[in-house]
Amino acid sequence: MFRSLLFIPGNNPSMLQNADIFMSDGIIFDLEDAVDINEKDNARNLVETYLLTTKDLPKTIILRINPVNSLFIEEDLKLLLSRKIDYILLPKTNMISLYVIDKTLSLLEKKNNLKETKLICLIEEAKAVNEIDEIASHERVEGLLLGAEDLTNELEIERTTVGNEIMYARSKVIFAAAANKIIAIDTPFTDISDQEGLEYDCSQAKSLGMKAKSAIHPSQLETINQIFSPTKKMIQWAKGVMETYEKVNKGVFQYQGKMIDKPVIEKAKKIIEKAKNFDLL
Amino acid sequence: MLNGIGREIPNDLKPFVSSDDYKNHKRRLISKKKRQSETVFLSSYDEIFKAFSIKDKQTLSFHHHLRNGDLVIQEVCKVIKKLDLKQLHFAPSSIFPSYTGMVDLIKNHNITNIHTNYINGDVAKIISEGHLQGKIIMNTHGGRARTIESGDLPIDVAFIACPTVDKLGNGTGAIGKNACGTLGYAIPDLEYAEKVVLVTDNLVDELEEYQLDGGYVDAVLVVDSIGDAEGIVSGTTQITKDPIGLKIAKDCSVLLDQLGLIKNGFSMQTGAGKTSLAVVSYVEKIMKTRDIKGEFGSGGITKAYVDMLETGLFKKLYDVQCFDLDAVKSFHRNKNHIAMSSSKYGNPFEDDIIADKLDFVILGATEIDLDFNVNVTTDIIGNLIGGSGGHADIAKGANVTIVISPLVKSRIPMIKEKVTTITTPGEDVDILITERGIAINPNRKDLMKKLANSKINIYSMKELLKKTHTMTGVPAKIKRDDKIIGHIEYRDGTVIDVLRKVHDDYIR
Repeated sequence: MFRSLLFIPGNNPSMLQNADIFMSDGIIFDLEDAVDINEKDNARNLVETYLLTTKDLPKTIILRINPVNSLFIEEDLKLLLSRKIDYILLPKTNMISLYVIDKTLSLLEKKNNLKETKLICLIEEAKAVNEIDEIASHERVEGLLLGAEDLTNELEIERTTVGNEIMYARSKVIFAAAANKIIAIDTPFTDISDQEGLEYDCSQAKSLGMKAKSAIHPSQLETINQIFSPTKKMIQWAKGVMETYEKVNKGVFQYQGKMIDKPVIEKAKKIIEKAKNFDLL
Repeated sequence: MLNGIGREIPNDLKPFVSSDDYKNHKRRLISKKKRQSETVFLSSYDEIFKAFSIKDKQTLSFHHHLRNGDLVIQEVCKVIKKLDLKQLHFAPSSIFPSYTGMVDLIKNHNITNIHTNYINGDVAKIISEGHLQGKIIMNTHGGRARTIESGDLPIDVAFIACPTVDKLGNGTGAIGKNACGTLGYAIPDLEYAEKVVLVTDNLVDELEEYQLDGGYVDAVLVVDSIGDAEGIVSGTTQITKDPIGLKIAKDCSVLLDQLGLIKNGFSMQTGAGKTSLAVVSYVEKIMKTRDIKGEFGSGGITKAYVDMLETGLFKKLYDVQCFDLDAVKSFHRNKNHIAMSSSKYGNPFEDDIIADKLDFVILGATEIDLDFNVNVTTDIIGNLIGGSGGHADIAKGANVTIVISPLVKSRIPMIKEKVTTITTPGEDVDILITERGIAINPNRKDLMKKLANSKINIYSMKELLKKTHTMTGVPAKIKRDDKIIGHIEYRDGTVIDVLRKVHDDYIR
């Protein structure tokens, strides 16, 4: 469960050294787009050393590998042997790349006695948007992350702060994730100096159904966490609902003049679970 | 002998006892030196040397308000070189990298002793390497005022760069082509030096408002240029983008809030670094959100504080030196942007000083040790890279003194078992904030109590040191040279630590 995921370039030692101190619920160590082709080995070595030697690691660790058809994939996946990685973030996901990674991982897991590796899939191609229900239902997949920059490049359209151009893709990610009970993660907001734009973008994504957002700079985390957390008012309401539920011990009851039944109780439970998880209680 | 903070100092020096010990001593004051005859107007530095018969072994003082833009000290150095005066004692309030004229004079023994509050650049390098024949004595800003008024530092001639002077010898820094704002550090020199010369590039008929009283001025030297005001910009006007700096600043603002320090009528001082500016920005946000109005901000003033004054978040600014040109302009136009002398800022013997009225201060550190002693004077090798400035003054005065710093700087741990050099005693430092948590001085049980239910990660200094060593390993011991090149005077005039030459193995 997370609200925010921070991308850290794998070849940035000072960011790596401090990865655990930022307010991010998870860190994405990037071996792909943020790392120049000449730096791929350095980045991989640095992330591996970091994972193997650091005592205080971030609570959730995600590794963005290079595409499955690249020269680097085999070496990238060897980082799973550290047994410190929670998810692989698969770039350029489509059903073919998902098939390839699944087979590759299965062999690696069997050979090294690793537990099943879970995936977060980057939805950054039109093909991925079209295949999204199938991607989301794959047993390894636990999250979908919208990659709006690559997607809009492919569509040859401009990214805007309002974000109408990604409305369709956003909605597809949200519905596919919800239907498969996995997490929908929003695309990063790339202008790190535009605080207002970030707030708007987060609110917009949340209102549509995104559950978390990726960040490209630690300065974005406070806003993201704040917007994707349940509000104090919501937490108070949920606590009230659950307290009343436990007291009356009935499936249907009234709280603050409103009828409460199973779906509302489930909603209150979810809010409390999130609040606990995010240390908001 | 060992002084009160456990540092070995030579027996002929007055040892530091504690930061409160000044209360057991009486203030010593020499008479102020009003001029005895009409102010003379001169047009060359040579004429000043002739008029005041400047000779070997005399003490010449300067202020640093023009910082890296200062030309006056450079021009004075040229004349000394030409006349080959020897064994001079220089007392600039700070020494900046642009003061390169001093380098040869030190090497050739024209300058053999120095009093200053801060030193950086080539002059610092050669002194660290042992080229100064006599001693360097590092004061605090408030301590410099005390040492001058007490007669401990007698000044023969004070050269005061002054952006505008009138025909009565009155001076101001508020206007002129090289306006630098308030001239707070020059006031003790003005009042107590045997001879005072204002050096200006803007002579006017009469000033309605002035900070330097012509009654103390023996001569005015009118030159083409006293420097370049653009060079006065200190620190930065940009908030840090460094994620570690931002985290420290954010945590600092949360801590200030939880301690209840951001409240109506509060007062604060911070440095001019990028992380300090981020703290100011977070504090500003809290003030705006809760409609809090502070009483004053003080110190070296930057644009960030000017903006808070102008939006009504602070009633007043007390300014001993303007750190940027926005502050200079504000000082000129806003009557609530108030000049203060270095004595009024931090002299322990002055009544009602601003340092003592501060609710909290945010300071930096090169090193801090397990006893909370802070070093801002040397690096770990012993090279001079700074100095107290107002650090020890406001650390003592403020109700809560907070030091902010990343745990590791360029792969070097910031926390030490013992700092290389003590600038500010640990008894005056209350909290260290790092990116991985904070440490509270065990003497401040009141602060610990207030933070008992806080979600902030609170560690002992030892635990933070251990955390640092897990990242960096334990650093190798640094070789220390036996030769003492000077010492650090605490604000009351006692010696808190000695300064040693850098070991030959580290000199390149």
